[in-house]
Parts: sequence; C-alpha cells; structure tokens
Amino acid sequence: MTVDVAIILTPFIFAALTPVLYRFISKKYIGWLVLSVSFILFLFLTTYIPRISDGEVVAFTHEWIPSLGIHFTTYLDGLSLIFSLLITGVGSLVILYSIFYLSRSEQLYHFYCYLLLFMGAMLGVVLSDNLMVLYGFWELTSVSSFLLIAYWHHRKASRAGARKSMIITVAGGISMLAGFLMLYEMSKTLSIREIIGNVEAIQEHALFVPALVLILLGAFTKSAQFPFYIWLPDAMEAPTPVSAYLHSATMVKAGIYLVARLTPVFGGEALWFWLVTGVGLFTLFWGSFNAVKQVDLKALLAFSTVSQLGLIMSLLGMGSVAVYLGNSSETIIYTQAAFAAIFHLINHSTFKGALFMMVGIIDHELGTRDIRRLGGLMSFMPLTFTIALIGSFSMAGLPPFNGFLSKEMFFAATLHIQELNIFSLDSIGFLIPIVAWIASVFTFVYCLIIVGKTFFGKVQLHLLAKHPHEAPIGMLISPYTLIVFVVGIFFFPNLLGHYILRPAMASIYPTFPTTQELTPHIHAWHGIFSPELWMTIFVIVVGILLYRLLKRWKPIYRALPQNLSLNSLFNNGISFSESFSNRVTGRYMTGNLTDYFVYIFLAFLMIVGGYFLQTDIFSWSPVDRESLEVFEIILVLIMIASSVGILFAKSRITTVFLSSVLGYSVAFFFIVFRAPDLALTQLVVESVSTVLYLICFRHLPEIRKEIQPKWIKMRNIFISLAVGATVTLVGFAALNYEKFITISYFFNDSYELAGGKNIVNTILGDFRAFDTMLEVVVLFIAGLGVYTLIKLKAKGGGTNEN
Amino acid sequence: MIILIGILVSVATYLILSRNMIRIIIGTAVLSHAVNLLIMTSGGLKTGNVPLLGHGDGPFTDALPQALILTAIVISFATTAFLLVLAYRTYKTNGSDDFNELRGMSDE
Repeated sequence: MTVDVAIILTPFIFAALTPVLYRFISKKYIGWLVLSVSFILFLFLTTYIPRISDGEVVAFTHEWIPSLGIHFTTYLDGLSLIFSLLITGVGSLVILYSIFYLSRSEQLYHFYCYLLLFMGAMLGVVLSDNLMVLYGFWELTSVSSFLLIAYWHHRKASRAGARKSMIITVAGGISMLAGFLMLYEMSKTLSIREIIGNVEAIQEHALFVPALVLILLGAFTKSAQFPFYIWLPDAMEAPTPVSAYLHSATMVKAGIYLVARLTPVFGGEALWFWLVTGVGLFTLFWGSFNAVKQVDLKALLAFSTVSQLGLIMSLLGMGSVAVYLGNSSETIIYTQAAFAAIFHLINHSTFKGALFMMVGIIDHELGTRDIRRLGGLMSFMPLTFTIALIGSFSMAGLPPFNGFLSKEMFFAATLHIQELNIFSLDSIGFLIPIVAWIASVFTFVYCLIIVGKTFFGKVQLHLLAKHPHEAPIGMLISPYTLIVFVVGIFFFPNLLGHYILRPAMASIYPTFPTTQELTPHIHAWHGIFSPELWMTIFVIVVGILLYRLLKRWKPIYRALPQNLSLNSLFNNGISFSESFSNRVTGRYMTGNLTDYFVYIFLAFLMIVGGYFLQTDIFSWSPVDRESLEVFEIILVLIMIASSVGILFAKSRITTVFLSSVLGYSVAFFFIVFRAPDLALTQLVVESVSTVLYLICFRHLPEIRKEIQPKWIKMRNIFISLAVGATVTLVGFAALNYEKFITISYFFNDSYELAGGKNIVNTILGDFRAFDTMLEVVVLFIAGLGVYTLIKLKAKGGGTNEN
Repeated sequence: MIILIGILVSVATYLILSRNMIRIIIGTAVLSHAVNLLIMTSGGLKTGNVPLLGHGDGPFTDALPQALILTAIVISFATTAFLLVLAYRTYKTNGSDDFNELRGMSDE
C-alpha cells in the first residue's frame, strides 16, 4: 500500500536530485531521465485501471499529526485516477516535447526540477484525502507554477505574469483554506471521505454556505473562472511546454477536480448549482468572446482554455442537480452532465495540449506567433497543419473528433436542465442552452481563426524572422500522440467510458448505488431529429458566417472601455496597495534611531507597565532600615548624584568621569553585597572602558549642545520617568515574588562536584560552562568587530589613518 | 535600592533617547549597571556570607545572581567597546555623530 505514497514522493525525490545530478549527467540526457521518471509513473498508474474500474479504491493512511487530525492519506479512486493519469501522461509528452523545444544553453536542470516539483504537487492534490494535506499541495502547485511561468526571468512580462498568477491563485487558496477549516468545524474531520459520509449532519450548519462560497473561490481562481481568469493569459509568458502542461491539462483543472470531488458534499445546495453553473457558463461565453479578438496565438489559446474550463465547470454544476434530486430512474439523466464534464476534461487535455504544442512549434520555427504576420503556412508545415486542423475542429465540436461527442453531450445536458422546475430554473433556465449555444458559435469562430489565419491565406515572408520549415520529428511526436487520442476516442468512446469514466462517476455520486446506470453509452449519432445535432449544425453555419464577416463586427470589441477592464482593475489595485503600504511604512520608519528607541520604550511601557496595571500585582515591602549602613547611604547618594549629573554635564570628559564614578560605586556595592568576584571584575572592566572612552574621544567631536524642541524634551523626560517607574515596580514585585523554588541550593556542594571552593567560579566554570564558553565567543566576536572596524578601510573614499 | 535602580533606568533611558552617539553609549552602560543591580537585589541582599567555601560557614549569599552578573558585566563591556568603535567608524565615514543628521543615508 505504500506504493501510492511513492507515486507522490517520486517526483519530489527526483526534483531534489536533479540539481545535484546535473553535475554528473550531460544536459543532453537530463530531460530523458526526467521523462523516464514520469513515464514509469504513468505506466504504473495504468496498472491500477482494472482494479479501479472494478469499483475498488486504494487507500493508505500514514498518521502524520494525529493530534490535529492531519493524516497523510492517499486515496486512489476513479476521479483521482483520471487526473493522475492525465498528470503523468500529458506530463511525459510535455517533457518529451520540451527536450526538443528548449535550447541546451538554458538552465535545463532548473526547468526539470520545477516541472517535477509541479508534477508531485499536482499528484498530491488529486491523491490526498486529507483537506490540510490537499491544501498544502494545492499551494505548492501555485508556487511551482510561479517558478515555471517566471522561468525566463530576464523578461519583465514573465515576472509580471508569474506574480499575477501567484497573487490570484494564492489568494484563492487562502480563502479555500478558510472554507476547509469551516468544513472541519462542522464535521470534526479533515478526511474528505468521512465528510462525504456524514453530509446530512453538516448541511444544516450555519457555516455551510460560507464554506461553500470560500471553497468555490479557491476552485474558481485556480481554474481561471470569471472574473479571476485574468492571470491565465498573462501566464502565457511561460515557455510553451509549461503552458501546454500547466495551463491546459493539469493545474487549471485542479479547481475542476475540487468541484467534482466536493459535489457530494455541496451538490444539494441551490447556491452551489447557480454559482458553478452560472460562473461556468459566463466564463464559457466571455472566454470564447474574447478569444476572437486576440492576435497572439497563445493568448487566443489561453482565452479558449478559459472558455473550455467554464464549459466543464458549468457541466459539473448541472450535474450537481442529481445530488439534490436524489437517486431515481428519472434523475439519472442529470448525472450525464457530470459524465460529460469528465469526458470533456479528458478530451480538452488531448486537443488543447496538441494545440499548445502546435503553437510552440510555430513560435519555435518562425520566431513569431502573431497571427497578423502568419499565413499560408500549410504548404511549408503540412504536419503541423494537421495538428492544428484536428485540434481546432475537435475543440469546435466537429466530427470525427472527440470534442464532437462531449460537445453534443453538453448541449444535451443544457437542454435537459432547462426542463427542470427546481432552483427557479423554470423562469430563467431557458437561458442556459442559449448562452451555451452562443458561446459555441464564438468557439467555432476562433477555431477557424487558428487554422485560417495561420495556415491559409498569403505568406508574408518579409514579416517572418526565419524561413518557414517543418519542425524536427522530436517535437512532432508528442502532439501526434495526442492527436491519435483525439481521433481514437471518437471511434472508441465507450472503452474510455467503461474503464475510466465509470469509476469516476462513482466518486462524484457515491450515494447512487449502481454505477452501471450512471455511465451512458456514448453515441456519435443521435438520430436526425435530435436537437443537439441541429444545435451543432447551426453553430457551424452561423460560425462560418461570422468568420466571413469578421471585419464587419470586430469593432464591437472597442466598445468596452479599456480602463474598466478587469486587468486594469487588478493593476490599479496592486499599485494602490503598494503605494499605500509604502506611505504607511514611511510614516513610522523615519530613519531616525531616536524614534525607534521611542517605539521600543513605549512598547516596553505598554506591555510590562500595562500588564502590571491590569493584573494589579504591586507589592510593597519597605527595606528594613536597620540594615542600611551609613556608607551605603553615602554610596547611594553618590550614585544618584553622579547619574543625574551625567544628564547635565556639558563636556564629555565630565560625562565619562561621572559614568566611571557610577561604575566604581557599583563595584563598591558588590563588595557590600558579599560579591568579591563581581567587584573585581567590575573594577577591571570599568577601568578599561574609561580608557576606551578616552581613546575614542581623541577621534570624536565634542558633544554639542542639543537644540531640540521643547516637546521632544518633554516627551523624552516623560518616557524616561515612566520607564524608570515601571522598572521600579517590577523590581519591587520581583523582590517579593516567591512562587518558584530557589535553585541555588544546587551549588552548595560545589566542592564535591566541581572541586572548587569559590561557588561563583564553579558555577561559571563547571555548572554553566557552556554559557561561559558562549560568552567568550561573544567577546571574541566583539573583538573581531572592533578590529575590523578599525583596520578595514571604508568603501568609497573612507579616510582611515590606522 | 530599588529606587536607585529606577533612577538609574530613567537616566539611562533619557540618555538613549538623546541624539548624540556618546550619550547613547553611556546610556546603555548605565542601563546595564541598573540591570546588574536589579539582578543582585532580586537575589536577596546581604543575607549571608561570602560565597566562598572555607571562609566562614553558611549560610552564603545567593551565588547564582553573582554568576549571572559576572557574565553580564563582561558582555556589556564587549558591547560597549563594540559600540564605541562603531561610533568612531560612523563619525569617520559620515562626519557626524548626531543621529538626526545620520538619517536617510543614500545607500539605505
């Protein structure tokens, strides 16, 4: 059973090893090594398929922090298996692709290290059963994605894009954490399985809806749903293999995974349905609508990813209706939406991955991916053209590609859902198929743009940096593998449905007894009168029409004001918070040391003095008069006089003289208090310091009269008196404090233990020898500091006579 | 005794709050005197004999605070010395010993 843990850990181990190994392995082979890691993981995971499709689940628990209920639990069921297969499978293809894509002169081991880190984190997300562990991996994917986006960190846009995605996804992650904690508060367990097990108990809880919203925030930010999608187009600054991996197949699907995973928990709630379906549908429309106006191929694909993610999200939302309705033969039809969601998820990973790699090839071979400069490449790059054609048509929902099947199922689901009369669907439910249909038209249009503007039309050789030519075979293997899946799934969808999708359905609908019914038989042909077929046909007709008239209606994109867009909102928000915090910090960080001292003393007053005031632990016991002898009183008077004298001393010699008087008086006090060692030390130290002061005065100027405003003086006097008073109070309190037993009796037998008659010495030299040793170290460091400060010449024209 | 400590702390605080480097350094020295005396006092004053075995019989004064203070004296001496040299360097490099003038260095 520990094997599952190994699946998660292997990428991390190799991520740690890669920076070490690169010294021994040539850059040529490091990619192959990483490829083998991920491919072996993929093969290993495929061996689970038969077991999982038999309805088995593989779970393993390692008790990590039992006191907090945090266990390292891996849980492999149908849903997890799909995702982990995608992660390792697409991961292997992407690594293979990047071996040829990235130049050998780059810091490859960094790249592969981050990539493995990401792979491990992602596997951790989908295989963890414990919410806290899942959250940890979730944030790790954000971090590793940040590193990958900023891989070309010399480019400003890369850094900006990385920062943006980091801020948005981590902010979502934190809100998700809050939601998880609420779930824990309600169900008293962190295990997702156990939470699903007692859904009824938590549904009535007051925190149920806040938890739902917060967790959805996390999922929406990660899966680039409206209005958080803005990080995804900016993240396209990453190297193309990264975009193909993170931003089409895996990371953006983490949010989908979470929604699918938690559907059994929240699915019965109307808010969940409307949030997931509504946001998904709007994102679907908005993404496809905005994709049409893009001129950068990669940005176009980014918006199309946003839109497709919205599609999957909305399907999951529609599928959640079945949880609300409960298990019956009529409701089974609504589960098909969720089925379509997972199906489309796989399809999307295949065709979008291929398309991203296609764009990468164009970028790599031509040096540009701006569709205004591309065109007519079909004759130069026929193989790449094939990838683009199949990928785009699958995305557009045309046969004979897998996108057609899931798109038809999507249309069918929207048609089914509008017939329901729950959740006020009877009033506005009719909008769902309409929005879906409009969005599909735009999807069709931008798919035509990808193919048409790049491969048809006139060649503009003078605009291209390089002469167009076909890509090397190595870069074509991966996209072609995906293309084979795109076509293969169309012809054999039920193979996939039976072995992969059916167990996943069991994870989404654990309360539904038979998974056999949950798995519809996927047909390509629904009959000539099926509404979804006609929807597709109209999409094609209208889509071609719109593509032809693209120039006519494109101006509507300018109708939206620039400064109101989400991007500028985000940028303004960031720059405002930066300047605001700068102002606030600048106000108290004055750069004046005195001010900082004031803060320290005020904090001391507030914490110590405030505590004393609040807890009222003053104690007062006057010193027994008879023990004070005459010369002690004289000593006290001398000390008071000299210390107050320091304040008023005009010349620095007087100051030092008075402070020496103070020091020597302290030494005398030590004698009075039966501490001969202290007195000796104090005398020596005081003498040496006085000499030091005097030496320093040779080099330092005379103390000038301080001209300060009255209020500053008053403030200083007030603070000083208050601090003095507080310390006095503390002293009195300490004097009468006898709650701890004394530990000094330890040292009574110092002669037997340490062989010394001087107890103070034995404490320092034997009982607390380590303290003394460290004290010597402090002295040594100080001496080193003194030496270097005197000897080293200051940089930049320091005038040092020594 | 405690009152003396309180006065010492007040003086030290005032010195530290001033703008002149030398005064600040002397302030820290005075503060450490005050703290040493405080530790001493909290151990109990004149309650016994010198903590030397063989020099009279017990009870001895508490030896633990003495050991602590011994450490403290040495370390405060080290700090003072270091601060003094630091002040010297600062003055050499910047030509001022006034913290009000030292703020906002260009290389901050």
